[in-house]
Amino acid sequence: MASRADGPGAGNAGGPGTGGGGAGRPEAAGLSGGIRDAGLSGDVRGAGLSGDVRNAGLSGGVRVEGLAVRQPATGRTLLSGVSFEVAPGESVAIVGESGSGKSLTVRAMLGLLPRGLEATGRVDVDGVRVDDDPRTRARQRGGVVSLLMQDPFTLLNPLRRVGRQIADGLPKGADPKVEVPRLLAEVGLPEDVAGRHPFQLSGGMRQRVGLAAALAGGPRVLVADEPTTALDATTQREVLALVRRIQRERDMAFVLITHDLRLAFSTCDRVVVMYAGRIMETGGAAAVRNEQLHPYTRALLAAEPPADRRLAVIPAVPGSVPAHDAVADRCAFAERCSLAVAECLAVGPVPKAVRPGRESACLRATELPAQPAPAPGVTLPFRGLADAVLDVRDLRRTFAGAGRPALAGVSLSIASGEVVGVVGESGSGKTTLARCVAGLERPDAGTILLDGVDCSDYGRLSRTAVRQARRTAQMIFQDPYSTLNPARTIGAALAEALRADGRPAASGDVARLLESVGLGRDMAGMRPAGLSGGERQRVAIARAVAGEPRLLICDEPVSALDVSVQAQILGLLAELRERLSMAMLFITHDLAVVRQIADRLYVLEAGRCVETGSADQVLDAPAHPYTRALLASVPDGSAGWLG
Amino acid sequence: MAWRSWGAFLLRRFAGTAVVVVLLSIGVFGLLYLAPGSVQQTLLGTRPATPETIAAIQARYHLDDPLPVQYLSWLGGVLRGDLGVSIRTGSPVADMIGDRLPLTLALTGYGTLLSLLAGIPLGVAGALRRGRATDRLVVTAGVVGLSAPPFAVGLLLLVVFAAWLGWFPVYGTGEGLADQIWHLTLPAAALAVGAVGMLVRFSRAALIRELDQDYVVFARARGLSSAAVLGYALRNSLVPILTAAGLIVTGMLAGTVLVEVTFALPGLGSLLVDSVTFKDVPAVQALALLLTLLIAVVNLLVDVGYSVVDPRVRLGGRTS
Ligand SMILES: Nc1ncnc2c1ncn2[C@@H]1O[C@H](COP(=O)(O)OP(=O)(O)OP(=O)(O)O)[C@@H](O)[C@H]1O
Ligand code: SF4
Ligand SMILES: [Mg+2]
Repeated sequence: MASRADGPGAGNAGGPGTGGGGAGRPEAAGLSGGIRDAGLSGDVRGAGLSGDVRNAGLSGGVRVEGLAVRQPATGRTLLSGVSFEVAPGESVAIVGESGSGKSLTVRAMLGLLPRGLEATGRVDVDGVRVDDDPRTRARQRGGVVSLLMQDPFTLLNPLRRVGRQIADGLPKGADPKVEVPRLLAEVGLPEDVAGRHPFQLSGGMRQRVGLAAALAGGPRVLVADEPTTALDATTQREVLALVRRIQRERDMAFVLITHDLRLAFSTCDRVVVMYAGRIMETGGAAAVRNEQLHPYTRALLAAEPPADRRLAVIPAVPGSVPAHDAVADRCAFAERCSLAVAECLAVGPVPKAVRPGRESACLRATELPAQPAPAPGVTLPFRGLADAVLDVRDLRRTFAGAGRPALAGVSLSIASGEVVGVVGESGSGKTTLARCVAGLERPDAGTILLDGVDCSDYGRLSRTAVRQARRTAQMIFQDPYSTLNPARTIGAALAEALRADGRPAASGDVARLLESVGLGRDMAGMRPAGLSGGERQRVAIARAVAGEPRLLICDEPVSALDVSVQAQILGLLAELRERLSMAMLFITHDLAVVRQIADRLYVLEAGRCVETGSADQVLDAPAHPYTRALLASVPDGSAGWLG
Repeated sequence: MAWRSWGAFLLRRFAGTAVVVVLLSIGVFGLLYLAPGSVQQTLLGTRPATPETIAAIQARYHLDDPLPVQYLSWLGGVLRGDLGVSIRTGSPVADMIGDRLPLTLALTGYGTLLSLLAGIPLGVAGALRRGRATDRLVVTAGVVGLSAPPFAVGLLLLVVFAAWLGWFPVYGTGEGLADQIWHLTLPAAALAVGAVGMLVRFSRAALIRELDQDYVVFARARGLSSAAVLGYALRNSLVPILTAAGLIVTGMLAGTVLVEVTFALPGLGSLLVDSVTFKDVPAVQALALLLTLLIAVVNLLVDVGYSVVDPRVRLGGRTS
């Protein structure tokens, strides 16, 4: 809960700090967001919505009322009853898990819905009602509202030089020769970037170019749909800090879509939490961070692992997010809510003001139990020294045409039953390491001892030796879909894995295996396409542990999953590890995740190991600057996180 | 650096084309040899087949040499720039081809132009009005065009526009530019019909895919005009359209054979038909060589086009 007081202070000049504890921002102050003064703005904005102070009608704000999106072809409703507003100069985060309707909300707000979808409801932008007025909408785009999208690798026209793309969005009469370099400088890029094509830029640079292009028309409202999820953690923090700095400098209203509640707290004045196409809770960032008035928000926050301590268990909510229509006329969260009462299934709750500036769609919002104290960290259980199940020495690999080696001499060992985390940014060589160990990639030099057997080059091993190596080490991947054969049923895939290990593979054995990863027996007859991401990852895990390997290699196993699913999968892995006394090589870029599971850590930077030690030691007292940078890039929810 | 990679690229291309040409000429040689009927029979015509005349013919055309020797002597001639003398007419093959090449090139060029002018706008219109009546019409027309054989279309055009309506001439090449264009319009249209179908399909699919891309949404979201947004998407559809155009031009070169016969045009196609019927080996070989080279040139132009359109395409096929 550390709050850093050394931020730029723009938001704190006149108000109290934004630390944890009870002394939050002056949340309910009846100040109008329209009256602002540069020094105060950061604190005042959170307050703007109390009572009847409706300032979104003023120029530079947005108001959305009763927004619903439907798909006429199927008769499905994808979201409904979405109302919120963004005061001029205010920043609001829309938070929710995958499929909760965040993107559709802003696409509908901007009139940019994908083909085949229809929106109803009232939208006011810049004081003008626009939902029934496509011409005004078209006129407002760029100059009044602008959108920054998620994926820096697809949002730019691949064939046009970026300077021209930025220039295309300039208002009429502006001189590109002056404006383009100015915009590039504003987003921290050198002038010569203008002459390059998108493919010649890194992800972070492309997203900066995207930002410059989005700003070219001088919008009063900037909407950003997960602008940094495709970027490395450290780049993510830089880009977000940049966006927020520019937002304050230009005094724009800002809507940020994110799936990360802590990131929302750190970046925005207010948060709107969505679930199954509805709004669950809204409130000032600091206030919601201190006390959540909806059980879903609580569950979501609890499921996000902290980076500063290891939890005994990550509280995971069972089940998954329902579709909008599956939970019509009742509380969308009811199936998964431990506080549900009969009434929750009888009426469809809508967000109501619980106290000034705070709304919650929970029927029991006023009688929720007191916020539990944050769970304390546990110290790592000591595991006696055992013999190594994996011993890697001085591994090297350079890919043809690459400027530098992917692995430049990495050594690592894993004792039997130990979980070893390998962390680093994309390109640091983590995946190459995992693939070498799994025999999917041949190292140029170095040795890999699996259970004492030299497996440096699978190509030179005998067939029995390869089979033995596969029984010793199994692997799961980030994208479970790509590793499951879409044509085969889950049951067939698992039976094959059991047989490969010489185990009985009758349907009872497959059912037991399914249950061991928390899936129902009936899943055996389904095919991968019918499963959710979390279920697929469970199947992939079941297949990998069918033969009870001594080492499980996990390459970013949870990074494609929602936080609540991530918590479930991490719990499953921890449980399997205890039950099967299995060692793990756990590859991830996420230090908060690795904190929860790893005993020891290796930090990779550009193919070299820069730091190693017990997880506590590395994360509590990082010695290498790169480790410190990685650690600082984990959102902690404090307002000072962006620096 | 750039010039070096260009040089290497061209060298690779020439080597590849040379291999194809050699293999093809061996194939043509062998096939003509195996085909029923013999050259001397055709040459003799109605003359009596006395041993002297046969010997004279065999000596003149080296027909009694073993097949590989015949082939190698032909190849040697080609390498020296001598395409040989036509068995059928007795005049140098190079001259015959020189006489007829312009017509075929003009026909192909005209046909390509017509198909581009009709196909791309139709495809774009279909993509922009996806799912509506215009689009369905465009798609149907495309399918019909694709499945209609060029000679049948040619006959239909002849019957309707030349014989019945009398707007266009039935055959012949005409005098002077305007008259020539007028004469070539029906044949070119017959060639273009299939190509239009293909272009409609490719350009519509490509544009639809591009219009759904993030960069299009982003361009709209930051206020670019519809024309500018369409420009973005069209430029990105150019690569598949170029591919289609390359296939179209090569397909048309082959299509000229039937269309020239249908419209009685003295081009390479009708020359090829006559030469094959007559087993005129030097002429057929030279024509096959020429068509291969033309196709290679078209493909080369398409590849160069890719690298002009898309900066990510490095010549030689590597994409970064
Ligand atoms: N073009 C579309 N046609 C039909 N359904 C759609 C379409 N786009 C989204 N949906 C559905 O609408 C719901 C909300 O989608 P949306 O993209 O807004 O979610 P999101 O909160 O942005 O999720 P994510 O975090 O994965 O981006 C989902 O159930 C999704 O399947
Ligand atoms: S309304 Fe009921 S079911 Fe829904 S969150 Fe509140 S207590 Fe839980
Ligand atoms: Mg989204």
